[in-house]
Amino acid sequence: MEFFRLFIKSVFIDNMIFAYFLGMCSYLAVSKTVKTSAGLGLAVTFVLVVTVPVNYLINKYLLLPGALSWISPKLASVDLSFLTYILFIAIIAAIVQILEMVIETFTPSLYSALGIFLPLIAVNCAILGCSLFMQERNFSNVGEAAVFGLGSGIGWLLAIVAIAAIREKLRYSKVPKGLQGVGISFIITGLMGIAFMAFMGIKI
Amino acid sequence: MANLKKLIIEPLRKTNPVTVLVLGICSCLAVTAQLKPALVMGLSVTVVTALSNFIISLLRKGIPNRIRIIVQLVVVATLVILIDQFLKAFAYDVSKQLSVYVGLIITNCIIMGRLEAFALSHGPGESFLDGLGNGLGYSLILVIVAFFRELFGSGTLLGYQVIPQSFYEAGYQNNGLMILPPMALIVVGVIIWIQRTRNPEMQENNQN
Repeated sequence: MEFFRLFIKSVFIDNMIFAYFLGMCSYLAVSKTVKTSAGLGLAVTFVLVVTVPVNYLINKYLLLPGALSWISPKLASVDLSFLTYILFIAIIAAIVQILEMVIETFTPSLYSALGIFLPLIAVNCAILGCSLFMQERNFSNVGEAAVFGLGSGIGWLLAIVAIAAIREKLRYSKVPKGLQGVGISFIITGLMGIAFMAFMGIKI
Repeated sequence: MANLKKLIIEPLRKTNPVTVLVLGICSCLAVTAQLKPALVMGLSVTVVTALSNFIISLLRKGIPNRIRIIVQLVVVATLVILIDQFLKAFAYDVSKQLSVYVGLIITNCIIMGRLEAFALSHGPGESFLDGLGNGLGYSLILVIVAFFRELFGSGTLLGYQVIPQSFYEAGYQNNGLMILPPMALIVVGVIIWIQRTRNPEMQENNQN
């Protein structure tokens, strides 16, 4: 039940795009057709489910003040938390690289679907942002971190597919000259964000 | 000399990283509910862009092509750690307000974009100026957005009250919507609209 609450909360209420604007660059650049944006959304979800729990373990057993005491009690006073950024980004880049190789070897069909997006994901702010939020929120176990990663990823997928569907239809409508393209996408995302804020009051 | 000047001036208008190239939007929207965090964020990004451009440009002949992304990330992450520790030491309340967005400077597309597009093929001096210009272009948009959001959202600028008390007594109310995240998107959308209406050559064709 705890997991389910966290999942719903991270998909709808703390939506990566509408509440925190994470991953906006690729969100605006790739959302021209539903098909490609679904591919990117899946890739992001996939990477988040793997990286958030791994970074959770790194944070718990390496970075937090006193985290090193499992090696020897003498190290209990060491605080490595200033290394957070560099370690998290290195882990993310490494995992993306490994995932790319694994997917390429075992499921070539998935690779051809995600292929071009995978390397780009290492520098997608949604991935690093999700890990940093995970660190800030002090989850109590790996399961929660994984569910948070999954929920955030699905929320991101939902948002990018929705905007892509709207942009496909937008081609047939009359938008003022200066607003065409990026401008109108910004405003639509803002309106969608207002709609998503309706979820805020829900207590689960 | 004119060429060097162009490197700084162009990103402020014609090739603005935020409104024209649409890079680095994430942090640009999240920190602009008030002017002060927006200023600090803009300054931090400018410093990181300029210095990382400079460092990568110095190293550009020694970096193997295959691992350049990792090298770039390490250089940028190191600079961001410095900024983060500096903010924690000298401006703790702002650093709390910015929370994870300081860390997200690492994945800010402006920085990676400039490193890939400029620093890898130009000398250190030019790269430094290019980074400076792009950072300033980013800060400019940040400050404009934050100015309007703080003015209409809370009636203050940098924390000082600007809208006189008599307005409130006459029935004026702060527009609470401006502080909420979605309005940041709409404000940037309107800035893009104004800029593209004034410069028709930037307009995109919807039909492609």
